[in-house]
Amino acid sequence: MTKQQVEQAIMACNERGDKAFVPYIMAGDGGLETLKKNILFLQEAGATAIEVGIPFSDPVADGEVIQRAGERALAKGVTLRKVMNELATFKDQVTVPLVIMTYLNPVLSYGLQVIAADCEKSGVYGLIIPDLPLEESGILKDALKDSDVALIQLISLTSPAERIEAIAKAAEGFIYAVTVNGITGVRSSFTEGLEGHLQRLKAASSVPVLAGFGISTPEQVQNLGALADGVIVGSAIVTSLHENDLSTISTLINASKNTVSKI
Amino acid sequence: MATTETKGRFGRFGGQFVPETLMTALQELEVAYEKAQQDPAFKAELDHYLKDFVGRQTPLFFAERLTKYAGGAKIYLKREDLNHTGAHKINNSLGQALLAIRMGKKKIVAETGAGQHGVATATACALLGLECIVFMGKEDVRRQELNVFRMELLGAKVVSVDKGAGTLKDAVNEALRYWVSNVEDTHYILGSALGPHPFPQIVRDFQRVIGVETRQQIVAQEGRLPDAVVACIGGGSNAIGMFHPFVEDEDVKLYGVEAAGSGISSGKHAAAIAGKQEGVLHGAYMYVLQDEDGFIKEAHSISAGLDYPAVGPEHCHLHDIKRVQYDSVTDQQALEGVQLLSRIEGIIPALESAHAVYYAVQLAKKMKEDEVLVICLSGRGDKDVQTIRDALGGQA
Repeated sequence: MTKQQVEQAIMACNERGDKAFVPYIMAGDGGLETLKKNILFLQEAGATAIEVGIPFSDPVADGEVIQRAGERALAKGVTLRKVMNELATFKDQVTVPLVIMTYLNPVLSYGLQVIAADCEKSGVYGLIIPDLPLEESGILKDALKDSDVALIQLISLTSPAERIEAIAKAAEGFIYAVTVNGITGVRSSFTEGLEGHLQRLKAASSVPVLAGFGISTPEQVQNLGALADGVIVGSAIVTSLHENDLSTISTLINASKNTVSKI
Repeated sequence: MATTETKGRFGRFGGQFVPETLMTALQELEVAYEKAQQDPAFKAELDHYLKDFVGRQTPLFFAERLTKYAGGAKIYLKREDLNHTGAHKINNSLGQALLAIRMGKKKIVAETGAGQHGVATATACALLGLECIVFMGKEDVRRQELNVFRMELLGAKVVSVDKGAGTLKDAVNEALRYWVSNVEDTHYILGSALGPHPFPQIVRDFQRVIGVETRQQIVAQEGRLPDAVVACIGGGSNAIGMFHPFVEDEDVKLYGVEAAGSGISSGKHAAAIAGKQEGVLHGAYMYVLQDEDGFIKEAHSISAGLDYPAVGPEHCHLHDIKRVQYDSVTDQQALEGVQLLSRIEGIIPALESAHAVYYAVQLAKKMKEDEVLVICLSGRGDKDVQTIRDALGGQA
């Protein structure tokens, strides 16, 4: 057990002179049968890792685009269990690490005793739980203790220095640096203090730092990518997949290649 | 019997299951609240508004005809329905609005189901000159259009939420999203004893006035503590406010009444404790109605104020340690409670409170004539008249 699959994928990407690009998809938006096609497409298009979102009845950290995608997936009966089973069927064809993003309650319902083993069977090497801050993370940390599955923590713009230190210290996989105060979704601009904030995170962290929330254009991918080890793009990918606009996705991913680093 | 064992937990319930962006705000709130508690000026200011603006203390009324009707224990009514704005909600809204001012926050966000907490919060904001935005489910906006206008008259902005089923749970989700995005200048006034720490504690403390007054009043009138206290439970704010000052008096039996909707076995209800499943919703570990995949279910109750799929963490703990007995009452029984209290005492209770009334009458029947029972009459029924008329087919 290493918990380093995701971290290593990002570092390998950085060593090639590229920034990591982690797309987020809503599993089962368009039906569970699209999951394999979308993952293989993103892998082919150059994704460093793929964040697989699980629909939830009460997604409080998500903006309009991902909420609506979640509602479409829920209407198709998609659940964490079904996604895990589906992922396991084509695990051998997936060469990038998968990371599951889900709210806590479906994980509790799934069962803390079995989640780690099932993640490994499905090629899932990280979990992101937006409603599980550091203080509450013990239950899941214990459940993942003897596995390859990293518990990826978020740090926000509002996190003060001592919290940043504490979270960075406990970090596994990568640090998910939330780049806006708010929920997921497209933004036209970012706050001015962001550059300094990301620099502080980099300094405090021994794992890579990826910037996410609000990133939707190739320029933002380049600009924010330059300040971190890579980016996570959610709503823009979800929208493009929903509209079957694959070229936009390729353009976004390509913007992360050969990015001039400012760190 | 201490109910808070570790910080932010009631036994194994409670906690802070929120996005990282809110953690700092919750910690700030905790610090500000602790400071306010220690400041006599804060208490004096709140007491002033509770007395001269809300009209406290509320009476503890001996319901003589209801007592005769039940033919058992003496029944008293704690008249929270006589508060300004018509329910206990204002106790908490005012307290938290004053706290927001101390934290330098001039904007308030709140959720509302039926509109009682929204109206109370809009009222507190008007009184204290704060900006107020209230999220309300689309379905509730439709059911309670007069309360929407009431909030607007009070200067609040009401936003209709069309996500999910468009009820209270969805309004809380949207209020949380708004708070995450505006956390630097906005305080979230949560309306029930729910949510992440320190909300369940803060809401309880601001509602404790109900139980504290009841204690003094019953001792003044009966020369002793009551044998039983009954309150309805949605999230559980009136109940925890009423129960908390009695928790250590083990001779005082406490009864929480959940909404059984069309009946527990129908699956269409809001009785989270009766549902027995545990999970996380809106920042806390609680009893939560959910399906086998951990998706939260919609609650069902004729009473919008009880129409929530979980019950506050302190109640969950009080259930676990068997200090409070939790039972449930159906829509139909609650309607009987409304009719009974209206005719026999001249008080039209809120549908929420009517659950407690119905249950208490059944309980009183089984008690002795020298025993004393108190019902928390959490709100008045004016807001529900339309719903009640429809449910009774126009036959009062």
